Amino acid sequence: MGKKLRAAIIGSGNIGTDLLMKAMRSQWIEPVWMVGIEPESEGLKRAEEFGMKTTAGGVDGMLDQVVADDIRIAFDATSAYVHAENSRKLNELGVIMIDLTPAAIGPFCIPPVNLKAHAEKLEMNVNMVTCGGQATIPMVAAVSRVQSVDYGEIVATVASKSVGPGTRMNIDEFTRTTSAGVEQVGGAKKGKAIIIINPAEPPLVMRDTIHCLTSDEPDQEAITRSINEMVKAVQEYVPGYRLVNGPIFDGKRVSVFMEVEGLGDFLPKYSGNLDIMTAAGLRTAEMFAEETTNGKIELPRRTSR
Amino acid sequence: MDLKGRKITVHDMSLRDGMHAKQHQISIEQMQAVSQGLDDAGVPLIEVTHGDGLGGASVNWGFPAASDEEYLRAVIPNLKRTKVSALLLPGVGTVDHLKMAADCGIATIRVATHCTEADVSFQHIKLGREMGLDTVGFLMMAHMIEPDQLLEQALLMESYGANCIYATDSAGYMLPDDVTARISLLRDKLQPETELGFHGHHNLSMGIANSLAAVEAGANRIDCACGGMGAGAGNTPMEVFVAVCDRMGIETGVDIFKIADVAEELVTPIMDFPVRIDRNALTLGYAGVYSSFLLFAKRAEEKYGIPARDLLLEMGRLKMVGGQEDMIEDMALTMVKERDASK
Repeated sequence: MGKKLRAAIIGSGNIGTDLLMKAMRSQWIEPVWMVGIEPESEGLKRAEEFGMKTTAGGVDGMLDQVVADDIRIAFDATSAYVHAENSRKLNELGVIMIDLTPAAIGPFCIPPVNLKAHAEKLEMNVNMVTCGGQATIPMVAAVSRVQSVDYGEIVATVASKSVGPGTRMNIDEFTRTTSAGVEQVGGAKKGKAIIIINPAEPPLVMRDTIHCLTSDEPDQEAITRSINEMVKAVQEYVPGYRLVNGPIFDGKRVSVFMEVEGLGDFLPKYSGNLDIMTAAGLRTAEMFAEETTNGKIELPRRTSR
Repeated sequence: MDLKGRKITVHDMSLRDGMHAKQHQISIEQMQAVSQGLDDAGVPLIEVTHGDGLGGASVNWGFPAASDEEYLRAVIPNLKRTKVSALLLPGVGTVDHLKMAADCGIATIRVATHCTEADVSFQHIKLGREMGLDTVGFLMMAHMIEPDQLLEQALLMESYGANCIYATDSAGYMLPDDVTARISLLRDKLQPETELGFHGHHNLSMGIANSLAAVEAGANRIDCACGGMGAGAGNTPMEVFVAVCDRMGIETGVDIFKIADVAEELVTPIMDFPVRIDRNALTLGYAGVYSSFLLFAKRAEEKYGIPARDLLLEMGRLKMVGGQEDMIEDMALTMVKERDASK
């Protein structure tokens, strides 16, 4: 067993709390700080009960203790608006930033597709794309690693209760960022993303449909094998990631129908869209820790301030 | 019902909702011919886009014969009086599409969300209004919630800048009393200058009756489709509605015989099949299912041997909303597995 990397979680809301609960079970990450902005918030109180150090002063409230506490990883679960500043301040102190906001300053990270490459390069800021991206881009990549994909399209259907006000106010950001991820990480020449919000009660579990149009006739056997392998790779950190139907082949169309159920740590199980974000963020941090232990990367040197 | 002297705006859907019935394959030339016919007949406003709105071109819903931009640029410059609207579903289309459509010369943007999700329309309604467009908030599947819940969502859209709010009967499920309850509450609680509209589907043959109920309750915009060409059993047929309005003394400004000729000579001939209340379209209206699911369910029946009616009923039972066409093939695949397992 390697050495755990010590981490801070910025943002004490639902996402941050769910991430904390997952991180507390991790073999590779030791959560130390929970950073919020509301002194009376439930999230900070809860984190304190879990034994975390907390501050309601935002990132500034912990900066002078980052080096002393040996914080190496920060997860930002706040908003795109404050992420750039958070990242600058913490990167300066040698903290690797895992961005769960849509800010996307750093490269997109989809763990089973390109995390290893980011970790080997010691990227100091990686972005977790979007919930829809985490759920679907692995499938696009599973097809494109077999043969060329001209067009990748994803339809993410999420429960109304799992879509927060930030996403709602700027839903275009979801479609743009996800389609960019389908191209840049999924490997499709052209990407398209659609999000559908369904208010049914009880809330529906996240569903994702992935359509790829291959350049040539799809190699059905190889694609099916690749997809099944990719499903297993995602299941390592999201056990509720399931292939419901497919792959279906229709001419050059390859379609896959997924369901993503969360672990139900803090967020309800139906919100697999949120769970896959926190799980992917944690998986990313763990990879940095593993690579450090294996001597593949060297964390930034620190001199006391 | 005394509606004598009321002035309303009829809004033609044959080139947008009708795209569903045509699997989005209306040609540029057909768009031009129909739109010019509607112009000549005095229809004040028509909608032109992919059936699922700007950016709807997709594997999921079908790639159209031409892009939204190509259609808009081919249609708008050739119209004398008729104005053109575009539909936009947040989550599908973005503000970039809206800017493109505005650049093409649309007069109206209609921002459509499921009836409970109005807050995703914030950025699009706000921008539409800032650009000086006639900006409409379009609340789909409005039968699924109570009038007071619909009002809450309408108030959100109004607060973002929508100058007109629609109660949209996407499933063709409503009966006149359902329309009256919704429109009259909106009329009572929204700003008096906010216009109200109703969009019907003819799945239970209630298009005309519901539209009249909407006018009586205070709506002044009514969606119709020339020749009835729209999703499901189509929309309220324009030529029929205009004739009824004329008999009742409601002013639409549309020439009855000219619009009937457009329906007969330009719209009906391009239909791939008679848009009518077959057993599947009836199921949509009876069970409250999104009208554009119709052809997807029929295709799934052909491919997988599961009756379209069973698929539509299940889609309704699971409370699927507009846009979830992907779930029809998924459901058919699951039903095939279950069927094979029980053999």
